[in-house]
Amino acid sequence: MPDIVRRLLRTPQGVIGLALVLLVLTLAILGPLAAPHDPDALSPLRRYRPPGGDFLFGTDQLGRDILSRLLVGARATVLLALLATFLGTMAGAVIGTASAFLGGRVDEAVMRTVDALMAMPSLLLALLIVSVLGRGSENAVLAIAIAFTPGMARITRSVALAVRRQDYVNAAIARGEGSFYIVTREMLPNVVAPIVVEMSIRVAFAIMLFATLSFLGLGAQPPASEWGLMVSEARRFMHLSPWMIVWPAAAIAFVAIGFNLLGDGLRDALNPRT
Amino acid sequence: MSGRYLLRRTALILYTLLVVSVLVFGITQVLPADAATMLLGENATPEQLAAIRARLGLNDPVWTQYLRWLGGVASGDFGISLRSGLPVLPQVAEALSRSLLLALLSIGLMLAIALPLGILAAVRRGGLADLGVSLASYVGISLPEFVTATLGILLFADTLGWLPATGYVPLTEDPARSLLHLVLPVATVSLILIAHVSRMVRSELVDALHTDYVRAARLKGLPEGAVLRRHALRNALLPTITIVALDVGYVLGGIIVVEEIFAIPGIGRTLIVAIQNRDLPMIQAGALIMAATYCLMNFAADLLYAALDKRIQYA
Repeated sequence: MPDIVRRLLRTPQGVIGLALVLLVLTLAILGPLAAPHDPDALSPLRRYRPPGGDFLFGTDQLGRDILSRLLVGARATVLLALLATFLGTMAGAVIGTASAFLGGRVDEAVMRTVDALMAMPSLLLALLIVSVLGRGSENAVLAIAIAFTPGMARITRSVALAVRRQDYVNAAIARGEGSFYIVTREMLPNVVAPIVVEMSIRVAFAIMLFATLSFLGLGAQPPASEWGLMVSEARRFMHLSPWMIVWPAAAIAFVAIGFNLLGDGLRDALNPRT
Repeated sequence: MSGRYLLRRTALILYTLLVVSVLVFGITQVLPADAATMLLGENATPEQLAAIRARLGLNDPVWTQYLRWLGGVASGDFGISLRSGLPVLPQVAEALSRSLLLALLSIGLMLAIALPLGILAAVRRGGLADLGVSLASYVGISLPEFVTATLGILLFADTLGWLPATGYVPLTEDPARSLLHLVLPVATVSLILIAHVSRMVRSELVDALHTDYVRAARLKGLPEGAVLRRHALRNALLPTITIVALDVGYVLGGIIVVEEIFAIPGIGRTLIVAIQNRDLPMIQAGALIMAATYCLMNFAADLLYAALDKRIQYA
């Protein structure tokens, strides 16, 4: 792994992406500690403040400090998107590896079903799942995880097919190990690297999807300061203060750019051909 | 391209739609909604509810209901909307026609901008233009549709007043106003695609410019413009067809958000309204039609690819 980090730091995308992601993760973890004001403190006398002075990013329609809300909301947006990506990746990795290991008819059936699921736009699939589970952050996370699973399964399978032919897998089969042991202990550890790359690119997408679900009123619920929800709530008041929309929008773009750069950097680092 | 290939692809599309139909039907069965109560309202007597349940076959086992629904779908009958009480198919078809206008304009705009940008970046590889396109595309793929749309409304409708904020005018009623209302939605849907496709075109063309046939064309003294047009671009642009077809999935997702924000009564908004109202037949029809659109676009892309590139032989 240190070798990969060194190669990652050789590309400009890798350096910038890693720096942005580390910054965002630090802010997301510190969140409430770094916030200069109480994110939920209402003050009717200082609504729609432009940026500056005591309120670096201004205040919203209820007089709440936008910067504090963004910092606290980073947990909702970034950490939950990470969790959703992780869950979807794990599920997809297990399915993809198992499919590659079992091969034959099972593999064919699993993969054609994965193809079929991928014919549904991720957002549509997530919308349908949330409509069954009910609105809310946890359900949105689950919906994104499920929507990501088929894509991750397909990618993992193609990597796992190459691993499947390795001697150590044949050795494990010859030893008489069970399928579960071979898939989890012999194959999965060796398909990790490409999956990590795919995951880091997907995080950006998960953040955007999570914010979109919240924007549509299906993810995080008020008074949470999730960024998509902040944009949605600010829309009605945009003629009074555009900053309420500009800051959370910029935050989403900033984090997504960070993860996109990191993902591209990692891909180049793992693939010396490019 | 053999008949066997066409047969196999058609079978796969049918299997895809079958899986989607099971999924969609399953999801709508789990939804906490009772079709009988939705149709008759809260004040219906238990006898009336029982009567309509029997008439709709809601007491049958789930798989019987599924087969009956599937049979209906196969013969073009998607059922009756629980919200409006009218047949689903004509409503969905009308919504789809509005969405198609939005989708086709978006894809057209995307190609008109993404292809030149990608080509420029590849030809000036490592230069300022390349860096600019690359940076812009990072921003482009990192902006969700709702952010682009909201910022677009904020800037062009609210602050500058150049464009209408929301609303939909049918093309047949007033073409000029109709298109004016579509500017922001189309720009929003295409932005993320422009970012994605221009990057793909760039990397395909960079690869093509490093091949032996391009070197040979240069060595025989062809001017650079002819090398680009006659040799590199022909090969580099072919995969774009597949990429664009795969991006139709993005377009469909983007359309859901954009139609909701701009209040366009297309398939996306129809679906969101149906989900909010638990209008089961409408959800089923909308989701199925979206998946079918995606499958057919990808199928068409593969056929087009094979028709343009004689080396591809689908067996």
